Amino acid sequence: MENKNLVSITDYSKEEIFEILDLAAEFEKNPNQNLLNNKVIATLFFEPSTRTRLSFESAISRLGGKYIGFTDASSSSVSKGESLKDTIMTVANYSDMIIMRHPIEGSARWASEVSRVPVVNAGDGANQHPTQTLLDLYSIRKTQGTLDNLNIFFVGDLKYGRTVHSLLQAMAIFNTTYHFISPKELRIPDEYKLFLDRKGLKYHEYRELEELKDADIIYMTRIQRERFSDPMEYEKTKNAYILKNEMLEGTKENTKVLHPLPRVNEIDTNVDENEKAYYFTQALNGVYTRQAIITHILGLK
Amino acid sequence: MDDKKLQVSAIKDGTVIDHVPASGLFKVINILGLDKLDKQITFGTNFESKRLGRKAIIKIADVFFKDDDINRIALVAPEAKLNIIRDYKVIEKKIVEVPDSIKGIAKCMNPKCITNHEGIVTKFTVVSKKKVSIKCHYCEKITDSEHMEIF
Repeated sequence: MENKNLVSITDYSKEEIFEILDLAAEFEKNPNQNLLNNKVIATLFFEPSTRTRLSFESAISRLGGKYIGFTDASSSSVSKGESLKDTIMTVANYSDMIIMRHPIEGSARWASEVSRVPVVNAGDGANQHPTQTLLDLYSIRKTQGTLDNLNIFFVGDLKYGRTVHSLLQAMAIFNTTYHFISPKELRIPDEYKLFLDRKGLKYHEYRELEELKDADIIYMTRIQRERFSDPMEYEKTKNAYILKNEMLEGTKENTKVLHPLPRVNEIDTNVDENEKAYYFTQALNGVYTRQAIITHILGLK
Repeated sequence: MDDKKLQVSAIKDGTVIDHVPASGLFKVINILGLDKLDKQITFGTNFESKRLGRKAIIKIADVFFKDDDINRIALVAPEAKLNIIRDYKVIEKKIVEVPDSIKGIAKCMNPKCITNHEGIVTKFTVVSKKKVSIKCHYCEKITDSEHMEIF
C-alpha cells in the first residue's frame, strides 16, 4: 500500500478500502495471530475515548503486540505544555506505530508529517475517524453482501456527527442513495448536500422517523443536549428520534441497524433482541478492521 | 485636462496593478508590503468596472515584483493584471493566476485547526478559483474568500 499512514478516509482508494475489508474478513475467521511479536504500538489518547482505545488495544493484544501510551492528556507531558510535535517525535522513538486521538482538527495529519513511524488517526476533533468508517463499511458489506447501490438512512445528529460525514463520503463511490432523518437544528450541512450533488447522487431529507421500508442500512446516532441552542427544542425533539421495534416491522429482510455507540436512549433496548440490530456486532467488527489496518500499514499482511 | 491627469498618474518605470477588487485594495497593499516602501505609490479605488463592480488601481514607481509575490495577491485579487512599465511604455503584461495550492499565506478560519494552535506553516488546496475558496490540508475545512485572513 502506498499510504504509510491512515489519517483520512479520503486518502484511500476503492482498491485500498477493499484490501482492508478483505483482510478484516480474514481476521474474523482467525483473530489470534502472533503478527505483532516484538512490536510496540503507542496509543496516545489526548482526550478520553474508552471504546475506541479498548478496541485498538484488543486488536493489538490479539496480534501478540505490546502497547504503551496514555488515556487522557492530563496524564501526559501535554499538561506541562509540550507541543504535539515534540510529543510525537519523542514517542516515535519508542514505538513502531502511533495511534492517536486528539481534540484538535488536523492534528493527526500534522503528526504524520513529523513522525518517522506510521500514524493512525483514531479521531481528530470533528474532522476524521477513518477506522470507524472502515469498520462501518465492513459491517455494511458483511450484512448486505455488497457496498453497491444501497439505501442508507442516517438518523439523529447529522450536523455534528463525524461518523455520518465520513461514512457519507466513503459511500459516495458506491452509488448510494442517502436518506437523512434529523431535527431541523441538526440537519445535514449544505456542504455535504453540495458534495452529493456534484457526485450526482440521490438524497432525501425527512423530519420524522418513519418510512423505513426502503432501508438497507439504518445508521442511528446520538442526539446530544449540548448541540441545541434552544433547550426547549431539545426537550421537544429528544424523544422523536428513538428507534422502536415496531418501526422495523415492514422493513426489508436484509435491513440492519447500525450505531457507532455509545447509545443513550435513541434505540429502544428491546430492539437489541431484534435480528435486525447489528450495533454490538459492528463494535466487534471494529477489532477485526483495526487488526487489518495495523498489520497492513506495518507491511505484515 | 487629459494631459494633467496623465502627469499625476503616469510612472516612468515600475508596476501598475489593475483590476484589484476595491474591497481587496488594502489587503493587496498589506501582502506586498507597500506601506513599508519608500517609492512613489499612487492608488485609486472605487472605479467603475464591468467585471468587478468597483475596482482599484495601484501604481508603484521603480518596483518590479517577483512572480512569487504576485501569486500572493491572487487570493484577494484573483483577476488582477500587472503592467510592467519601462520609460512610460508597457513592456510586459502579467496576469495573476490563482495557484492550485497555497503555502503559508492564508490563515485557516477553523479555530479548532491545528495550524491555529501550533507554529505550523499553513497549506491549502484551492477548491474554487473564481471566488477563491481554499481547503486546509490539515483540518480539511474550507475557508472562503469572505473569511480569508492573510498573514
